Amino acid sequence: MLSPRNRELLGLIPSALLVTGGFTAIFIQAENNSPGASTNLTLNHASSVSLAYGALFLGLCLAAHLVIRFALPYADPYLFPLVAVLASVGIVMVYRIEPVLARQQAQWMIVGLLLFAGTIVTLRKHGVGVLERYRYTIAAVGIGMTVLPRLPGIGEQVNGAYLDIHLGSISFQPAELSKVAIVIFLASYLRDNRQILVTAGRRVLGLTIPPMKQFGPMLIVWGAAMATLLLTRELGTSLMFYGAFLALLYVATGRFSFPLIGLVLFALGAWFVAGHVGHVHARVLAWEDPLNHRLFESGTSYQLGQSLFAQADGGVLGTGFDQSLLRYPVELANHQIVHRSILPVPESDMIYAVIVNEMGLAGASGLLLVYLLLVARGLKTAILARDSFSKLLASGLSFVIAMQVFVIVGGVTDVIPLTGVTLPFVAYGGSSVVMNFVLVALLLVVSDRARRPYARLTGS
Amino acid sequence: MNRPIIRLYGLVALLFALLIAFTSRWSVFEASSLRHNGLNARNLLEQQRIDRGPIVARDGTVLARSVPRGEGTFERSYPQGGEFAQAVGYYFTSLGSVGLERYRNAQLSGEGASNLQTILNQLQGKKPVGEKVVTSLDPAAQKVANAALVGHKGAVVALDPRSGSVEVMASSPGYDPSSLRSSASAAAIKGDPSGRLINRATQFGYAPGSTFKVLTATAAIDTGAFTRESTVSGRNNVPISGVPLKNDENESLGQITLTQALTKSVNTVWAQVAERLGKRTLARYMDRFGFNRKPELDYPADEMSASGEHEGERVIPPTSPSVDVGRMGIGQDKLEVTPLQMAEVAAAVGNRGRLMVPHMTQRIVDSEGRTVERVAPRVQSVVMKPSTAAAVTAMMEAVVNEGTGTSAQIPGVQVAGKTGTAETQIGNTINNVWFIAFAPAANPRVAIAVTLQGVPGQGAAFAAPVAREVIERLLHD
Repeated sequence: MLSPRNRELLGLIPSALLVTGGFTAIFIQAENNSPGASTNLTLNHASSVSLAYGALFLGLCLAAHLVIRFALPYADPYLFPLVAVLASVGIVMVYRIEPVLARQQAQWMIVGLLLFAGTIVTLRKHGVGVLERYRYTIAAVGIGMTVLPRLPGIGEQVNGAYLDIHLGSISFQPAELSKVAIVIFLASYLRDNRQILVTAGRRVLGLTIPPMKQFGPMLIVWGAAMATLLLTRELGTSLMFYGAFLALLYVATGRFSFPLIGLVLFALGAWFVAGHVGHVHARVLAWEDPLNHRLFESGTSYQLGQSLFAQADGGVLGTGFDQSLLRYPVELANHQIVHRSILPVPESDMIYAVIVNEMGLAGASGLLLVYLLLVARGLKTAILARDSFSKLLASGLSFVIAMQVFVIVGGVTDVIPLTGVTLPFVAYGGSSVVMNFVLVALLLVVSDRARRPYARLTGS
Repeated sequence: MNRPIIRLYGLVALLFALLIAFTSRWSVFEASSLRHNGLNARNLLEQQRIDRGPIVARDGTVLARSVPRGEGTFERSYPQGGEFAQAVGYYFTSLGSVGLERYRNAQLSGEGASNLQTILNQLQGKKPVGEKVVTSLDPAAQKVANAALVGHKGAVVALDPRSGSVEVMASSPGYDPSSLRSSASAAAIKGDPSGRLINRATQFGYAPGSTFKVLTATAAIDTGAFTRESTVSGRNNVPISGVPLKNDENESLGQITLTQALTKSVNTVWAQVAERLGKRTLARYMDRFGFNRKPELDYPADEMSASGEHEGERVIPPTSPSVDVGRMGIGQDKLEVTPLQMAEVAAAVGNRGRLMVPHMTQRIVDSEGRTVERVAPRVQSVVMKPSTAAAVTAMMEAVVNEGTGTSAQIPGVQVAGKTGTAETQIGNTINNVWFIAFAPAANPRVAIAVTLQGVPGQGAAFAAPVAREVIERLLHD
């Protein structure tokens, strides 16, 4: 039997192959599409560049692996390789869509991996428990971050929602940071109050109604989620946060009635917002009937409709790397020909549609299964964890990843209204990549403690 | 806490299963309908690199062709401007495609080529080459129809009753397909409240008014319940479905024959005939004429409307309890019909009771000039006995010779026709007017329907002269 760390090392082989194979395919395809012309890539050049990209990526993964090997020897061996597979699918797809963005994405990955290593090294000695000391600071930062995009000067409205902040040339989605911060706060808060929430509650009509004193802060969280929703006008982010909150409430108390009450409250709030905030209302209309001529042509459901059309071309096995139709030539009034994108923002919001188009139902389902495995390892970590805070933290972090995938993929496939969150590790977006690496680092820290033999635990 | 965590995982698995289910839905199960959706421009973009075949008129006049625009791409050009906009449609990457361009897409883009040819092309790395679509459209007559429609909202459809070939399909107001290339003028055309992109010949439902009496007369005579000499009271204010029905100008007539009643278009007579025939009989004849379903024209089904009794957008069976059969028999009630359908009514009577499948395509010719497909005339249904057709023809001749349709007379050619006037909600001065006809009556070569929307007068004054001009032009060839 291989040691966990050696299994992890072997687990990195698929993503190395994926990156090298993916880049090679793209180069060969680029060569086919415009023989010898605009791109000065020859097959020889192609293979060396793709090998270089693969080698660089593999080198980064190896570095991260070494950090885990020395700092967290007992950590789950599958978490990191799964993340590496997702990241390699992401970098290949982003490269295929826009090479310039892929280079930026690679730079963000380096930043992400540095923070990843930093988090691991900082928390390795005392575990995630130290975070509890700063829980109110962390909560304040987390909630504060979500409203930053609304501030004039640094915030900006995109498609009706406020999601990004801009500092100089760097743009940042604070929701990605809040995601981690809020889960840490909730895990810590619920660890302290879970017993009281259950035992001091009164039963009404078969449902346990929690005591006001302890439930108050929970209502504040609900209020915060609603306020976030109203301020940023973004249903997806609040659904993601609130979903994580309800999941943690359920894990902490074991009472199904709590998340049920919470869900009803959220539904009421969302219903109100959908009816009163034009931009959210438009998203709901598009969700109900994405192929309605009027909605499509006015632009309301254009993005979603194009997403469905792109997926329809994918079929079971997809059209192949670099085969997807993304841009088309348009002649301007001055006879200049420009290339327009048929699928809006293919590199971030719509990347799943491009994946379905090029890798088909099979490839997309495979990708979702990788996420499912990642969440499974995360929740397994939660089960193995020995203290309540670690359990809650690992469940929350895993579930928030699952929610994020559900919200964006569900939006792109018309399961729920389309919103602007990123597909973790895959979609282009600096803050998303960086914060998701930090999130995985936290999971690995919890996992290392959880899987450490008892003797070592007490001895240390 | 472990049990909730395991359940949480169950929830996640369930949510992901939902995602895979929806991905399957779009990428596999509903993929084909998404690919054929008119809003989907992806196929068009892929096909930008295909040298699409031309669409030509019966005399070889080019109606649509592809011109190279560099980088191996092609763009559609419409040398006839707006003349054939509604019939031929358009094909632009930014907009999708409509009309014949859409219906014949497979052949025009070369996908319809024989399998062997496709395989050979693929082996040689050749791109598919589009085939030519030869239509039965007549450019001279189309010009006449368009000129007559200028300034009006309306449509003209002319068929060869013997074969079902569509020779004229004009709709006004129209547009020049070439101007859709610029997004600004495309937006202006789309946004025009007069509905310039709508093909009024196939898509727009109007109350047929008295032209529908041709159908009622056919049913009356073909069932043997009446002859054209049968007499019915033509007095004013006969109660129909309990409500008194008025004749034009409240004229009250005594016992008159059906021929006289058609010639003068007497409402009360035909409403009584329709009541006596009953809903089931009229429904049977409507079905035979092609009502209550989409026409069989080689044209995209969602750009055609079914003619018949309407409840909102929906076609309801003429046997529904809400149908007032007497008023339906004179083209009122909730009837909404297309000019194409009314041209088919005239054509069926003219062709001795046999309705031919209407079609615009005559043949498909491959890039090397070989005819790969020929659209042969086909009987759609036998609507009535030849003797019935002869009797109804005689009645329609009387309409043109001495009745409401005298303005459609052509010296030396016997025209058989019927006028129609449907009052609008605006009042009885603004009407939707109709004229349907075929000629020469003894051996028809042309069947036509003309409708004009919102004109201040009767069908005879406005629609009949338009029909006459187009018939003259078509018979001249």
